Amino acid sequence: MSKSTGTSAAEPKRWLDRPENVRKVYLSVWVVCAALLVAELFIDKHGETEIEHWFGFHGFFGFVACVFLVLAAKQLRRALIRPEDYYGDR
Amino acid sequence: MAIAELSPGLTLIVGSLLIPVLRGRLRSAYLLLLPLLGLVHLATLTIGEFGVVEFIGYELVTLRVDRWSMVFGWIFMIATLVSAIYGLHVRGALQPMAGFVYAGSALGAVFAGDLMTLFFFWELTALSSVLLVWAGGTRSAYRAGMRYLIVQIASGMLLFFGALMQLNATGSLDFDHIGLDGPGGWLIFTAFGIKCAFPFLHNWLQDSYPEATEVGTVFLSAFTTKLAVYALARGFAGTELLVPIGAAMTAFPIFYAVIENDLRRVLAYSLNNQLGFMVVGIGIGTELSLNGTAAHAFTHILYKALLFMSMGAVLLRVGTVKGSELGGLYKSMPLTAAFCIVGAASISGFPLFSGFVSKSMILSAAGIESYLITWTVLLFASAGVFHHSGIKIPYFAFFAHDSGKRCAEAPLNMLIAMGIAAFLCIGIGVYPAPLYTLLPYPVDYAPYSPSHVLAQLQLLMFSALAFSVLMWTRIYPPELRSVNLDFDWVYRGPGKRLLSALTRSVGDLRAHAEGSARRGIEGMVAGLSRTHGPSGMLARTWPTGSMVLWVAVLLGAYLLFYYF
Repeated sequence: MSKSTGTSAAEPKRWLDRPENVRKVYLSVWVVCAALLVAELFIDKHGETEIEHWFGFHGFFGFVACVFLVLAAKQLRRALIRPEDYYGDR
Repeated sequence: MAIAELSPGLTLIVGSLLIPVLRGRLRSAYLLLLPLLGLVHLATLTIGEFGVVEFIGYELVTLRVDRWSMVFGWIFMIATLVSAIYGLHVRGALQPMAGFVYAGSALGAVFAGDLMTLFFFWELTALSSVLLVWAGGTRSAYRAGMRYLIVQIASGMLLFFGALMQLNATGSLDFDHIGLDGPGGWLIFTAFGIKCAFPFLHNWLQDSYPEATEVGTVFLSAFTTKLAVYALARGFAGTELLVPIGAAMTAFPIFYAVIENDLRRVLAYSLNNQLGFMVVGIGIGTELSLNGTAAHAFTHILYKALLFMSMGAVLLRVGTVKGSELGGLYKSMPLTAAFCIVGAASISGFPLFSGFVSKSMILSAAGIESYLITWTVLLFASAGVFHHSGIKIPYFAFFAHDSGKRCAEAPLNMLIAMGIAAFLCIGIGVYPAPLYTLLPYPVDYAPYSPSHVLAQLQLLMFSALAFSVLMWTRIYPPELRSVNLDFDWVYRGPGKRLLSALTRSVGDLRAHAEGSARRGIEGMVAGLSRTHGPSGMLARTWPTGSMVLWVAVLLGAYLLFYYF
């Protein structure tokens, strides 16, 4: 198994190493989401179920689902977390 | 018997016997040749039943070729080829040999036309695949392998007794629709359910897959559980109970996936979640949903293998796949990172990637058949899978905060294997028609309507937005060195202690009652442990190690009792 070597001091900075670029990525997600809502004005959404016709349903559902997932999992972890050697065979 | 009358599984199983004899480049060439021969073998098959052998008065069909067995046959053979390329850097013969026998057994099971042939190959998948877990070489891999073997053998035994009961009830061993009408059907259903990682029967998956070698996990991810999906589709299509079971499978592993630190274990949880979609498709039982299950198994094997391959490459180069230790690896392994993102986009069902054209068939079927709650759960799970597999895996391994780790890019063979899988993931996503023609029933489904594409993009991008906001605001839980309790706690934690205590007290009782007999039995057990334990390891982990043996002995005794 080859081992990793340390960071070279002379290593050039990458685009993503600059905090302002990370901020650009973050903002671009907002922009794309807004664009997808605007697109719905021009595309007739249809689906097998009635609620799929509600404006922005999939976006709203995806956002709420993921926030719920993470917050619930975070609470779950408080009950479930154990040290790595809990079962004694690590 | 012409080659076209032999199961394609035998090409791999018999062919694998030559692997230990060959060395160096010759072996590498052979490892590529064998699955290619397998693909040719598949191409020569014609629809029908072949390879009929007589066994204790019953006709066994070792090669049943129809649209169901062919679609799984093709993807299993492709997965074998990709896994073989991925493992070319491995020096020993054990892993490729075990991998090929395992893949061959899975193929043998897929082409089995009767329950006894299915049982034979079902058990062979268990026995060969545990070697891939043990090849991990650590003490925890050994013990996880033992637990894996106990569960898999138990599944096989249930299948065996279920098959006998079916024979008793129906007079036939044919492997067709079974249903839940009799006790035999329930036993077989449970046997399939164990291998398919139904809720509470699932822990063997998350326990063992992350312990195998980087190559072993890629092999493992393809066959066992998808064989179970195939078997369920054959035997239990339209069984209503599978709809809630599958829906639970899609939803509950994703909570674990969010908080799990070992990224290969995250993938094992998401594998479980993806199986749930297929199980729902089987439960709904319409042509659209069953096509969806077959299509999703096909695409899933490719993108899941791709994700496991990318994490395997990280494991090989960095020595760990713990999210808490990784980050910034895109600088060292840009190609692996790119392949990982293709796998992530595919499992998430992004338009133009393979998951989009398969998963949506199951969701549509759930909507059309008015399974509204199930449909909502599947939609939740679709958002969730993007969150933990689509974003979390590439983000924590390759981006996030720079861990400072620098390493070489993955070896060439791994890159080629990942490249093939990535090509197929995109190819199927862009042009699904060839996949659709392989499916069991005629396909009347167009995934690329503007409405559907927009709906899916909204679902995924707003999920990404949720992740970004939670990261930006530091609400997202950090990766921590830890294990999280799951259902296996009942047999690894206090349950195991209870079992040990029971074993001890039974032993004491017996010691008082039959002192001399006990000494004899102990002598036999010690002898068996010496002979059956690889270099005495079995003896050191006596309770788990000997449990396999005792399960086998007990079931063997029961079998004899049944016959006489």
